[in-house]
Amino acid sequence: MSFDVQKIREDFPILKRKVNGHPLVYLDNAATSQKPQAVIDCMVDYYSNYNANIHRWVHTLSQEATDAYEVARKKIQNHFGIIHPEEVIFTSGTTHAINLVANGFSSILKKGDEVLVSAMEHHSNIVPWQMLCERTDATLKVIPMNETGELVMEDFEKLLSENTKLVFLNHVSNALGTINPIEEIINKAHKVGAAVLIDGAQSCAHIKPNLKALDVDFYVTSAHKMCGPTGVGILYGKKEWLEKLPPYQGGGEMIKEVTFEKTTYAGLPHKFEAGTPNIAGGIAFGVAIDYLNEIGFQEIATYEDGLLSYATSELLKIEGLKIYGTSKNKTSVISFNLDGIHPYDVGTIVDKLGIAVRTGHHCAQPIMDYYKIPGTVRASFSFYNTKEEVDKLVEAVKRAKMMLS
Amino acid sequence: MTITTIQEELIDEFSLFDDWMDKYEHLIELGKSLPLIDASLKTEEKLIKGCQSKVWLHAEMTDGKVVFTADSDAIITKGIIAVLIRVFSNQLPETIINADTSFIDEIGLKEHLSPTRANGLVSMIKQMKLYAVAFQAQQKK
Repeated sequence: MSFDVQKIREDFPILKRKVNGHPLVYLDNAATSQKPQAVIDCMVDYYSNYNANIHRWVHTLSQEATDAYEVARKKIQNHFGIIHPEEVIFTSGTTHAINLVANGFSSILKKGDEVLVSAMEHHSNIVPWQMLCERTDATLKVIPMNETGELVMEDFEKLLSENTKLVFLNHVSNALGTINPIEEIINKAHKVGAAVLIDGAQSCAHIKPNLKALDVDFYVTSAHKMCGPTGVGILYGKKEWLEKLPPYQGGGEMIKEVTFEKTTYAGLPHKFEAGTPNIAGGIAFGVAIDYLNEIGFQEIATYEDGLLSYATSELLKIEGLKIYGTSKNKTSVISFNLDGIHPYDVGTIVDKLGIAVRTGHHCAQPIMDYYKIPGTVRASFSFYNTKEEVDKLVEAVKRAKMMLS
Repeated sequence: MTITTIQEELIDEFSLFDDWMDKYEHLIELGKSLPLIDASLKTEEKLIKGCQSKVWLHAEMTDGKVVFTADSDAIITKGIIAVLIRVFSNQLPETIINADTSFIDEIGLKEHLSPTRANGLVSMIKQMKLYAVAFQAQQKK
């Protein structure tokens, strides 16, 4: 199918709205993506026609809801190249999934064990591991990055040893857009017997991974980054790992048998899915995956690469503009600053012109510390953005520069 | 000048601009004219929490009135600080504590006052009022 951005834009009702009197230019896709009508309709349909609790009831509505929820799990399984459906654990999102794994490893790690984390992580992929290391006396070590915003692979190799038990990193950096060489990292970590968790929150909207081929131990992501609703995400774990980890939360649905003396836990995936889940969200996640696959991930990547290189060259024409994160391998994210101007000021002015960008440290303070800056302005593009919108951003940044210099 | 007169003056001043750009340009000018806080006062403890840009606020008592000095690393924030200092500085603690802040809404800067906004200036006003409360308590001793 040919890529027709105008036709695609018709699928997103929010793109028709105005902000501060200007047509919305939404360039904060790395924070959350907008939702196509199909996803919105799916949620309305669920609550209008078959809202019921799942898995435990015999009545028709419950059966319909359970079927739809399990169909979504199957869609997720197929999309990410997962072998068994029970290896897909529904969570409330990436952060929940990371905490679930970190909690599980509390009973596995011991003093002397080492945990490696990359220097370009989101706080959600730093803090749970720090907490884990505090609980277990394991040591947290950092894989450094260089000026272009790429991991220093030689240093990574030097950090690996038989003490390394876990390696955590994002597939794509949220603040810089760098695509990390996860295949290489997974292979090398496995050689010393370490498990690897990949945070796919920033990559899942751009890159369709095959988790089986990658041989990764854990993969986590959120639906809302890929046109799905907020409040739902997944943890993928290899079956042998998920069986080894203890349950995270106790409650209904995760049990096999309960007496006051002893509770036995349900099998996978229910062991990790205590309580009533975000049913509508899970079903809509499946619909979002269908939507993106219908457009095609290859088509999306090619189009976004075009937007990225156009926006990069246009923005760099502005004197005094510096881009942070200049790896050749990056997704459509541009983090930048104007010389001597605070990112907050730039963000305030461009918002007045209807353009949504993110300003600040992007929950990745170690990166900002590395560059010795308070933050950046981040424009992140999606397949529904256009070259005209890039032009509007460039004009707005020029105007901000004029006003603020 | 009374706090109400200053507020009315500011409302008049800002009503000259119908366009947001002119209004912001004026705010930026005000920011540039803000006398800088002494570098030795730019300490961690003078930093106001909850702002995306850094804001340092210092207060002292001179002749029974509270004098504020402040600075920020962002110029629009500095402009807003300049407005707030014009209103709140050189006033009696009691006046500051009881001051109404609806003038901010009237000069069209309400968006900066939303408690959910990343650069919530609510925390700045709160801090100014807290200083006033502290000075008032000292006076009563």
